[in-house]
Amino acid sequence: MAHHHNTSVNLDEKFVFSSEIKKKLFMLIGAGVILVIIGIFLAMNSGHHGAEHADAATATLTADAHASDAHGAAHAAEAAHAGHGDAHAEGHGGHGEKPTWALRLIKDLWQNNIFFAGIAAMGIFFVAFNYVAWAGWSAAVQRIPSAFGNYLWVAAPLTIVLFVAFGHDLFHWTHESLYDPKSADYDELLDGKKAFLNTPFFIGRTIVYFALWLFSWTTLRKYQKNEDVAADVKWWHKSTVTSAFFLIFFGVTSSMCAWDWAMSMDPHFFSTMFGWYVFASWFVTALAFVTLIIVVLKENGYLSIVNENHLHDLGKFIFAFSIFWTYVWFEQFLLIYYANIPEEVGYFVQRLKTDAYTPIFFLTLFLNFFFPFLVLMTRGSKRLGIMLKIVCVVVILGHWFDFYMITTPPVLKQEGGLDGIFLFMELGLGMIFVGVFLFMVLTALSKLNLIAKHHPMIEESIHHDVF
Amino acid sequence: MEKGKNFVVGVFDEETVMMSAVENIRSKGVKIHEVYTPYPVHGLDNALGYNYSNLPIAGFLFGICGTITALTMMIWMLGFDWPMDIGGKPHIPLPAFIPITFELTVLFCALGMTGTFFVASNLKPWSQPDMFDPRSVDDKFVITFDLASNKQDSAQLKSLLSESGASEVTTKSLAN
Repeated sequence: MAHHHNTSVNLDEKFVFSSEIKKKLFMLIGAGVILVIIGIFLAMNSGHHGAEHADAATATLTADAHASDAHGAAHAAEAAHAGHGDAHAEGHGGHGEKPTWALRLIKDLWQNNIFFAGIAAMGIFFVAFNYVAWAGWSAAVQRIPSAFGNYLWVAAPLTIVLFVAFGHDLFHWTHESLYDPKSADYDELLDGKKAFLNTPFFIGRTIVYFALWLFSWTTLRKYQKNEDVAADVKWWHKSTVTSAFFLIFFGVTSSMCAWDWAMSMDPHFFSTMFGWYVFASWFVTALAFVTLIIVVLKENGYLSIVNENHLHDLGKFIFAFSIFWTYVWFEQFLLIYYANIPEEVGYFVQRLKTDAYTPIFFLTLFLNFFFPFLVLMTRGSKRLGIMLKIVCVVVILGHWFDFYMITTPPVLKQEGGLDGIFLFMELGLGMIFVGVFLFMVLTALSKLNLIAKHHPMIEESIHHDVF
Repeated sequence: MEKGKNFVVGVFDEETVMMSAVENIRSKGVKIHEVYTPYPVHGLDNALGYNYSNLPIAGFLFGICGTITALTMMIWMLGFDWPMDIGGKPHIPLPAFIPITFELTVLFCALGMTGTFFVASNLKPWSQPDMFDPRSVDDKFVITFDLASNKQDSAQLKSLLSESGASEVTTKSLAN
């Protein structure tokens, strides 16, 4: 059984990013573009224009909660009064001119952008902690997460461009009038957060995050490339040192970028669990992407080195971090539910007590917890490629919905949610981003050897055995 | 012949020799009683053809018992026996029950699995383990045959052990 490795292992494999695969990816992106265009047309003709939309938003929220249950209404009212003047300011806050469909498109772009940027960073994280832990088993699959960082070349400019172009639509706190004591929109609470939440510092921080990540990534890739050419353990040592520094920076930047890019969309809300919560979501999605790519590569004749023991460990990772995500997600909810502090509760009133978002709220819990938990519980399913493939797709979709839930209510208020247009606009844009992400990852994957053949622990990885 | 009384014992010096001996012996259809090693040998369970343990199933069932105990206890206490108004929450606030449900699930699962393992492995404090060769807790690997379980006689089993690379071959009778 696992003890015997009779199959010969090819260490010199190179992934060929063939024109056939490229064509498939372009077709995926093209189909996504068509769906988005149809979605925009449908959304343009479905009514709703921006001018009254923003004003009506908070009122609708309260009314909705009223209708559904009196308990929720109390929360909604509290939430609306939280940071006094909040409701008022949001109403006049700025996205006055833009029609709903445009806001929706901007929101979708931002949702996908931060989702995939985080996944790319988590690829580097995976490689880095495996170096620092001196992990042997993962040497065989190292090059797959290592390729993820290439997408940051897309994510970095896109994040800056989207923020500069649409900051006022996405981030309520970017409006100047909120900080002017003479203005009717003056918001004392946000004024207090101004030292951190201001446009130049925000852009500066975002640049620092991407610069640190990309610097670490290019350095690690350079060492891996050198290692492929000449078998010398010094490249592994250097990678370990670089990884250790990366992990120190990443511990801080992964949380901070979650506050910046996701939590500050609800500027009055704050949660000390938020950084971890977004981290968990990104990390388990990255693990699902890594596993999915490995299983598909194996099906196409690559990666003879990877056996069911490696899959077993990847399956354990997905299983464990699905539970970790649920743990953080639930702890954040439970503390807020228990304490019932208005400025915190508002976040969940918007998402849990409304017709638009309640179904998705419970859908994410099912896709991200119950499904992977029950399917990957047995030993056998973690060692079976097809089971992993199903779980990976579900987990990726589930966390994409998780990011939908983070980003949509602050921008679209009660006009988000699952409607007919969702199948075109949101799905189409998701396809475009998956296509671009895979294109960048596979490009990087084809540049270096598919297997780190001179990794000092590659022999251990070949004989990896999990009982 | 009575089971668990008379044994043939082969002592091996090297792990690799013992491993290939196990494979050689099993391929000849001879039943191995037990192998004693000074440290856990990777892959030996597979070589001996052991099935995977059913302990996880016991763990799952104990866990479910814990979940049910926790939920019934809290729902009965706070919902029916002594309802209390805590922060205006409903009397049966399920989110607030989840941490305790989780803890009791883990507790029942852990204690139940440990207990099951002790019972299944006969690990009671007063149990006397079979010791065929004291050096098996130091530096030797010991393969044993129960004469009652094999149709071969003691001489055939001894020569099989010698052929497979055993450094010493003896017989041993256990009193119990």
